Amino acid sequence: MSPTELTISEELSARLRLKWLVLRTAIEERLVYRGDFAFSTLVRFLPIVTQIFLWSAIFENDAVRKLKGYNFGEMVSYYLLVMLARAFSSMPGLSTGIASSIADGSVRKYLIQPVDMLDHLFWHRVAHKLVYYAVAIGPFTLLFWLCRDYFSGWPEWPVTLAFVGSLLMSFAIGFLIEAWIGLVAFWFLEVSSLIFIYMMLSYFLSGHMIPLELLSPWIPFVDFLPFRYLAYTPAAIMLGKIAAAQLPRELMIQFAWIVGLIVLNRWTFVRGVRRYSSYGG
Amino acid sequence: MAAIEVQDLCRQYKVYRKQEGVLASVRGLFRREYETISAVRNVSFRIDIGEMVAFLGPNGAGKTTTLKLLSGLVVPTSGTATVLGHVPWKREDAYRRRFSLVTGQKEQLWWDLPAQESFRLHREIYRIPSLEYQRRLDELTDLLEVRRLMSRPVRELSLGERMRMELIAALLHRPDVLFLDEPTIGLDVVSQRRVQDFLRHYQREQKITVILTSHYMKDVEALCERAIVINKGIVIHDGPLAAIIDRFSRHKIIELQFSGNIVPAELSRYGQILETRFPRVRLQVEKQKVSECLASILAAHAVDDISVVERPLEDVIAELFSVGGEVPTGSVGVAS
Repeated sequence: MSPTELTISEELSARLRLKWLVLRTAIEERLVYRGDFAFSTLVRFLPIVTQIFLWSAIFENDAVRKLKGYNFGEMVSYYLLVMLARAFSSMPGLSTGIASSIADGSVRKYLIQPVDMLDHLFWHRVAHKLVYYAVAIGPFTLLFWLCRDYFSGWPEWPVTLAFVGSLLMSFAIGFLIEAWIGLVAFWFLEVSSLIFIYMMLSYFLSGHMIPLELLSPWIPFVDFLPFRYLAYTPAAIMLGKIAAAQLPRELMIQFAWIVGLIVLNRWTFVRGVRRYSSYGG
Repeated sequence: MAAIEVQDLCRQYKVYRKQEGVLASVRGLFRREYETISAVRNVSFRIDIGEMVAFLGPNGAGKTTTLKLLSGLVVPTSGTATVLGHVPWKREDAYRRRFSLVTGQKEQLWWDLPAQESFRLHREIYRIPSLEYQRRLDELTDLLEVRRLMSRPVRELSLGERMRMELIAALLHRPDVLFLDEPTIGLDVVSQRRVQDFLRHYQREQKITVILTSHYMKDVEALCERAIVINKGIVIHDGPLAAIIDRFSRHKIIELQFSGNIVPAELSRYGQILETRFPRVRLQVEKQKVSECLASILAAHAVDDISVVERPLEDVIAELFSVGGEVPTGSVGVAS
């Protein structure tokens, strides 16, 4: 079939149709293993219970006591919001999936077919998340309702909007970091140790373990890393820990990280494919 | 008109040479030794539009590497190649829309979904107009007899059924060039036959250019008239398939039927007895001694029927590539 000349709008529409179909097909695929999927989704809620008990013991039921600006209620709401942010930014299986496709050669379908691998994987992951939220929305709603007393009410709508924007961008940053780790497999076929290091670092530096205010005296450069946007930033925005005037700047920096990581991923992919082609395909 | 033109194509790999033992493994952490292996050495050939060519050779001969080079998966160390006017390793979309690679690994389909979902995705990837897509899909599913399997998840299909689905995925966009790397590997005889019949029919109808690698000589004999034989990265034959037997077989087979139920005991002095089924015998003799053997046998024994046949291509190829077999690496036949 000789390639058909398309106008810009036809080209755009063809690309959008492909993204939509990848998304739709991936949703269908995710729904195949519904039992395992529902179970793993529900199990992810267990750690929050232990966090509440832990911080309850640390604060010794003293409602007034504050730790780096957080009282007990704020600490619980912080963890709930971090859990929500991680539901957006964590990408289970992405790095290992890319790495194993490079190691076993199945990556070549992306090289032979006229498709963009990173774009394809991105929409695949969007589908993964959409199915996850469809299952998790029930438990999330129940948990937030049970813990509603720890929250001090809804913030102003610009803050809520900034929170939603930050959550969506945390998804993009999580995807791009983990996709990049997967692409490193073009050089080192085994990346499991790299993934382990990333998991460990992101647990500390994203604010998943403790709010970054508690960590920054020890690790002063924590604010200059992209990890904080995976969990801390969305939660801190919603809790009013970031001043309203600072929000545009914060979101701009988050967006800049996305752009930087896209460039890094593209560069790594091109170099990686060149290396792959040189070493055997 | 040439669909594929390859000139002096070379591909070398640097391979880590690991010594045996724990100590050597520890030493390897600090200092590694590499060796350079030539997978493809100065390979040149030309394939015209609409030709179906077999690419033969033992494991590690360079067949798959050549297909990878032509699919753009691998860049050559030196040499040039063009497929449909494109340099494959530039991986331009315009080229990627015009060829397909089918391997025995069967990797184009989504494992957990029915094949029809993957086909729909291919429709968008290759931008096939809806009506055209439906027409081609109907045609291919009928030819490959898989219509009733379209809604069954791929993981529940047999190996043969999956391969037929892979072929549909590879052909939906009507590629001008098709690379088939061991397409019937692991298939049972019925499935092999079905795939062969389909490929023969499809290639004749669509006049597409095909390169086929296969270890099953039945595939090759059924589908190709021309063969390129490669060994240790070097092309050792390029010409009609039948010429392989002429060039490389040193023996012929004499089939004899003796009068009565008696088979002479001393037949082994003429050549190797391949089969004895009283009163029939199959005897393998050196080519240049055929007439001499026939004369001796006919003079000494009563024979009801006699015929001289070529050795099966499979046997010739097996002998050619067997360990220790002398593989001529000199002159290359002229392409048909």
